[in-house]
Amino acid sequence: MTTAISIKNLGKTYANGLEALKGVSLEIEQGDFFALLGPNGAGKSTIIGVLSTLVNKSSGSVEIFGKNVDTHVYETKLDLGVVPQEVNFSQFEKVRDIVMTQAGYYGMPRALATERCEKYLRKLGLWEKRDERSRSLSGGMKRRLMIARALVHEPRLLILDEPTAGVDIELRRSMWEFLTEINNNGTTIVLTTHYLEEAEQLCRNIAIIDEGKIIENTSMRELLAELDSQTFILDTASKIPENFDIGLECATVRKIDDHSIELVVSGELSINDVFSQFDKLEVKVDGMRNKTNRLEQLFLSKLKGE
Amino acid sequence: MFTNHKFIAFETIVVREIRRFTRIWLQTLVPPAMMIGLYFVIFGNLVGRRIGEMGGFQYMEFIVPGLIMMSVIQNSYSNVVSSFFSHKFQHSIEEVLVSPVPNYVILCGFVVGGMARGLGVGAIVTAMSLFFTDLSIQNIPITIAVVLLTSIVFSLAGFINALFANSFDDISIVPTFVLTPLIYLGGVFYSVDLLPPFWKFISALNPIFYMVNTFRYGILGSSDVNVVWSFSILLLFIVILYCCCIFLLRRGTGLRT
Ligand SMILES: Nc1ncnc2c1ncn2[C@@H]1O[C@H](COP(=O)(O)OP(=O)(O)O)[C@@H](O)[C@H]1O
Ligand SMILES: [Mg+2]
Repeated sequence: MTTAISIKNLGKTYANGLEALKGVSLEIEQGDFFALLGPNGAGKSTIIGVLSTLVNKSSGSVEIFGKNVDTHVYETKLDLGVVPQEVNFSQFEKVRDIVMTQAGYYGMPRALATERCEKYLRKLGLWEKRDERSRSLSGGMKRRLMIARALVHEPRLLILDEPTAGVDIELRRSMWEFLTEINNNGTTIVLTTHYLEEAEQLCRNIAIIDEGKIIENTSMRELLAELDSQTFILDTASKIPENFDIGLECATVRKIDDHSIELVVSGELSINDVFSQFDKLEVKVDGMRNKTNRLEQLFLSKLKGE
Repeated sequence: MFTNHKFIAFETIVVREIRRFTRIWLQTLVPPAMMIGLYFVIFGNLVGRRIGEMGGFQYMEFIVPGLIMMSVIQNSYSNVVSSFFSHKFQHSIEEVLVSPVPNYVILCGFVVGGMARGLGVGAIVTAMSLFFTDLSIQNIPITIAVVLLTSIVFSLAGFINALFANSFDDISIVPTFVLTPLIYLGGVFYSVDLLPPFWKFISALNPIFYMVNTFRYGILGSSDVNVVWSFSILLLFIVILYCCCIFLLRRGTGLRT
């Protein structure tokens, strides 16, 4: 398999002395759907900036499809499409002109550019808006315009920096479908996100970055398998006695108030076992909810370095 | 990979630039034409008739080349500085920076965009001047060459200004405090023969003085300066400014962090 992105020991110190990347190494295979996950300020956008040449790296090397971005500028840029985190097109230009101009920057002949422009504006539901000035678009449309613009030269690698931040749920779903489709057609996709659900739904492989360092780099499946405990909140009809103990090895409870407890179930224990135990203890459970997203818990525990 | 990709990219930038200043023609084309029109009426016509001759010509004839040049200089500069800075401000400059467009193509595209506006306004002003005086050009090649080279110089200068600019104030400081005085003291309105020796010497340090006078030489056939010397200065400025621009682009000054 070819490697789409190979980052070795990437370091970036900004002019103000802030060390945003501290020796990041990362390999992403061709065809992958990859999530770069991390809290705000972790360095995700900085990595993307280096890949797209908007950020000058301080150390390390970056290859795209086996070619060094410093020495093979033309080829590596042709292979790469970037959807940035913040809107970065001119507010005064028309939707179609923005995409056509980008095609021109890639040296595309006019006939081909016109064809691709229509194709991607249609795919992203913007064709009706083609003659409108970009500032009149809604937030979601602006984001889709940036995706159309990034795809007009049909790059083998598409990088999206928090593509669904601030986008409503319905639109988020349709964007997921769209991204899955182009990934199925062979485009390698890397996205950064802090929505764990998004990573869980879409991505095969994942890296977690925090404070400029990669703290986890694995497949989504393995990461989820690491999850061996779940936390629930239970509401009970009967009053919980003081020092209530469930008396099971792999479950612990903590009383929150007279009618609710926190329950942590781990290992092989099934939820059924827990409930038969509640029956025995004559505790009637009214309701139950997951305390946090499972992945979120894992993520937080990783960040804390547990 | 596309053959001819650099030329297509260049053309794309130029077309985008021209589209921009023609879209906002009320801000880019009308005000300079109006201002120069007023100069024609007030200085050329009303005041000029009292002045009589300047440098051996009717005052109106004398200032027309200077005013054409003034509009070319101001508009070339202003187009590049405001367009490029506005792309920086809106971050739309990133569109071209992430694309495989070589730095010199970016630079040439913006410079030609600046020239298009500078020469466009120059042409409007020239056409307007025909209402006030008969314009006959004595030396067409020199006239055209000097106006083209001057437009290149100030487009390049505007580009450097835009690279360093961080705010809208930064793009008006140089035009207001450097460009305008140099133009007004560059012999647009008077012949340096009128000046005492010290100020004559100071004028000789002003590059715009050479440009204006060489252009006037092309049109009227008479000038305060040596034409060969003027062209050397113009070419030297172009080479130096071009190299500065390329150096700054390569370093990513004001563009890449
Ligand atoms: N241009 C800049 N100058 C100085 N510091 C910056 C700059 N851009 C980002 N940073 C800092 O670098 C760190 C990483 O930022 P970023 O890569 O944007 O994080 P993320 O995208 O993961 O939220 C943050 O602490 C941020 O404040
Ligand atoms: Mg970010």
